[in-house]
Amino acid sequence: MLTYISKRTAGTIGVIFIVSMLTFACMHMIPGGPFDAISLEKQQLVPENIKRGLNEKYGLDAPVWKQYFLFVKNAVLLDFGYSITYPNRTVVSIFRDHWGYSLQLGVLTFLFSVIVGVGLGIIAAINPNSIFDYLGTGVSIFCLVIPGFVFAILLQVIFSVWLGWLPTGGWNGPKYWIMPVLANSLAPILILQRYTRTSMTDAMQANFVRTARAKGVSKTRIILIHVFKNALTPLLTVGGPLAAGLIVGSFFIESIFRIPGIGSYFVLAIGARDYPLIMATTLLWTVIISIAYLLTELLYAWADPRVTLVKEL
Amino acid sequence: MAETVLEIRDLTKSFASRPGMLGRPKVKNIAVDNVSFAVSSAETLGIVGESGCGKSTLALTIMRLYEPDAGKIYFDGNDITRLNMRELKPVRRNMQLIFQDPLAAFDPRLRVDQIIGEPLEIHGVGTLRSNRDYAASLLRKVGLYAEDMHRLPSEFSGGQQQRIGIARALALKPRLLICDEPVSALDVSVQAQILNLLRDLQDELGFSYIFISHNIAITAFMSNRIGVMYLGKLVEIGETESIIRNPLHPYTEELLAAIPDPDPSYRDNNICSSSAPAELEGLSTGCVFRMRCPIAQEICAAEEPPLRTVHSGHQTACHFA
Amino acid sequence: MKEYPDLESAVDSVSFAAMDRSNFDQKALELKRFWRRFARNKIAVVALAFIVLEIVVAIAAPYVVPYDPYKGDFLATWEMPGSSHWLGADDLGRDVFSRLIYGARISISVGVLSQLAIALVGVPIGALAGLRGGWFDYVVMRFIDVLSSLPAILFYIILMVALGAGFWNLILAMTLTGWVGMARLVRGQVLTLKNTDYVRASRSMGAGTFYILKKHILRNVMSPIIVAIALGIPGAMLAEAGLSFLGLGIPAPQASWGQIIGMYQSYIRIAWHLTVFPALVLAVTMLAWFLLADGIREALATTKPN
Repeated sequence: MLTYISKRTAGTIGVIFIVSMLTFACMHMIPGGPFDAISLEKQQLVPENIKRGLNEKYGLDAPVWKQYFLFVKNAVLLDFGYSITYPNRTVVSIFRDHWGYSLQLGVLTFLFSVIVGVGLGIIAAINPNSIFDYLGTGVSIFCLVIPGFVFAILLQVIFSVWLGWLPTGGWNGPKYWIMPVLANSLAPILILQRYTRTSMTDAMQANFVRTARAKGVSKTRIILIHVFKNALTPLLTVGGPLAAGLIVGSFFIESIFRIPGIGSYFVLAIGARDYPLIMATTLLWTVIISIAYLLTELLYAWADPRVTLVKEL
Repeated sequence: MAETVLEIRDLTKSFASRPGMLGRPKVKNIAVDNVSFAVSSAETLGIVGESGCGKSTLALTIMRLYEPDAGKIYFDGNDITRLNMRELKPVRRNMQLIFQDPLAAFDPRLRVDQIIGEPLEIHGVGTLRSNRDYAASLLRKVGLYAEDMHRLPSEFSGGQQQRIGIARALALKPRLLICDEPVSALDVSVQAQILNLLRDLQDELGFSYIFISHNIAITAFMSNRIGVMYLGKLVEIGETESIIRNPLHPYTEELLAAIPDPDPSYRDNNICSSSAPAELEGLSTGCVFRMRCPIAQEICAAEEPPLRTVHSGHQTACHFA
Repeated sequence: MKEYPDLESAVDSVSFAAMDRSNFDQKALELKRFWRRFARNKIAVVALAFIVLEIVVAIAAPYVVPYDPYKGDFLATWEMPGSSHWLGADDLGRDVFSRLIYGARISISVGVLSQLAIALVGVPIGALAGLRGGWFDYVVMRFIDVLSSLPAILFYIILMVALGAGFWNLILAMTLTGWVGMARLVRGQVLTLKNTDYVRASRSMGAGTFYILKKHILRNVMSPIIVAIALGIPGAMLAEAGLSFLGLGIPAPQASWGQIIGMYQSYIRIAWHLTVFPALVLAVTMLAWFLLADGIREALATTKPN
């Protein structure tokens, strides 16, 4: 088991490094350095003193791989430098000031999706082929086909512009939460509903449940005690894809609803070619998602040790 | 008159098993351990042994579908052990396999005529028309209707599927057919038909068989000579009569004793082994069979008994034969 | 010596005539069978009809659109949907309906081309990795691991920031990231098929690697590949829309649905028509492609025996 853990952890760290290298390489693909490219695009000049300072700090005159090491060294110290679009703010301070909003959105979305997704899944499993089952499947298909950000736009137009019930953007209270959370939940609900339904149905058909029913235990009791426990443990293992979905969703949702979270800043950074901010945010997402996947795998291994024995490749 | 069609000497094939359940170091599983024998033309050599003793691996290694770790394979006197794929191709025309699970041996998307025609296609023999006629005649030879040629193999019964497999094997007029448990997957009533078919074909066409089975009664019915395998080793080999009437190795005796006897008044004197099948790992010294052998002594743990001739044509690997 | 049943030659010639088809005819037969099963799924047929219509309109766009999608009309800026501009006009007075039709060209071509490119790259690599194994397989698996570790869109963003917006850059970025999915699929299939008895039988008869690939493996792998391509198209469309929304996909003045949404998203109060209609078209198109892909998958699953 220990070998499995260390192998997977090493693998995850490796992936993080490789992705950061890829990102770094891409950012520096533009000839003439990242700062000149912005000048070209934005038709504005990066002030000379800043340019000099940045060149010095990032050693932009040194070969690329050296710059990468510098980057990694700084990254470990959580120093990502100054944002280009906000020259007075460090990237880290931008994170610090705004991660709270993204976290709130993420947590609310998570709670909502769990309640709805798992709920629908349970109901569908308990009443197979009923109206609830079809409802659940219908919701799934809806979530699958309507992309999150399309749904967000439609919600915004209907409830904000036409009906005027809800505000278009911002994050100042519960009214502001409704649409973003709803739109962001599509992907997670899909994952959770499908997973719960399958997991519960499998558990309900398991032999030990049949035994309990044969013994005469009431249906409710069976469900609550036996099925639940067994069915919900595997759900812990869906954390990885869930985290990925939440994070990706955040770019679009935060941008559409003007929520001042990290996702919004990421979108702005992309538009402005703010390389320090882009690099740092990408790294942040990579680390979060990779850790989520790693935890998922380790949880799964804890729940079902057989997976540690499969010799990959 | 009897020429040697196939000869193998000290053929060995092992697999490194995956890390053990508790992370124990890799263990080498020797599936075929220094096996030697020869097969003459128009002869059937039977190979018996229980599941897991390496019979199938032996078949696949002889066919070079697995690469042997050591030893030599001679076909018609030529050393084919290390030939590359291109050189091996003409040899392959002469050796064919018949599989245990007949349906699995066919690509489910191909029709019967395409299946039988495949060996012809691989070796560039004949034209589409002539091959089709030939395939029809092959089907008739194995007892099927040629008009069924355009069906899919899944539309046939198990026995018929095995007949198709036999027809395919005969297409290139091989000198040797290796039958890997050809009737084990069939109903008992059908088994007899297929066995008779195999014997008749051999009478008519004069090729040799290596007949592999876990059932010694069937093997005895089919074979001129029998070889007994246990855990990769050949422990006894000889003429069928000799083996059946006078088994020299304790394992052969055990196999024979296990044949159900339809006579209700028969009381057997219970030559049972003492325990469950042996551990497959770590048996590096002495006789492979000693864990199960009712007559095992100290010498059996110390020294591995060599295969020695006891009377003409009958060899065994036991200290006490 | 047993007597085996024999046949009148008359019967033989009948059956041979019945079988006397070339390969081409057999494929035509398979196609007909596939279509019959596909047609049973009414929803999929409707989806197919919609898509065909959309493709036809997209191809014929220059002749179909009421207005030039690139030409502005200062008298019509921000016009809401009405009789002259059915879906309204944008800030430069360009007709939304026309632009949406041109947007269809982009979505469909990005969707289809990217998936075809992915298949072109991923299938051979996956097949080779599965067949040969060894170091090549190991390297391919590492690529698959790394590129699967993050949601694809992150990779797209990184690549597009580096490459710059543009149609071919987009196709390139999607191909570079997406080939691993196809490779993984094909590799898995090949590994399974490699160990079947019939592949062994083929080898035992003297068949070479390419013969086995062509005759046994490719056929059995075709169906999952086709389904994967079909299912990938709506995903690719969505990715293009998302990237264009962020400003990374197809640049202005070309009219990609996602890009239009992105540009006018902040004006939603005064010009909701500039975001809602592209969003709806995107959603409906994706739905249609998804239903089509699902229909194909079902039809393929039942046609071939296994």
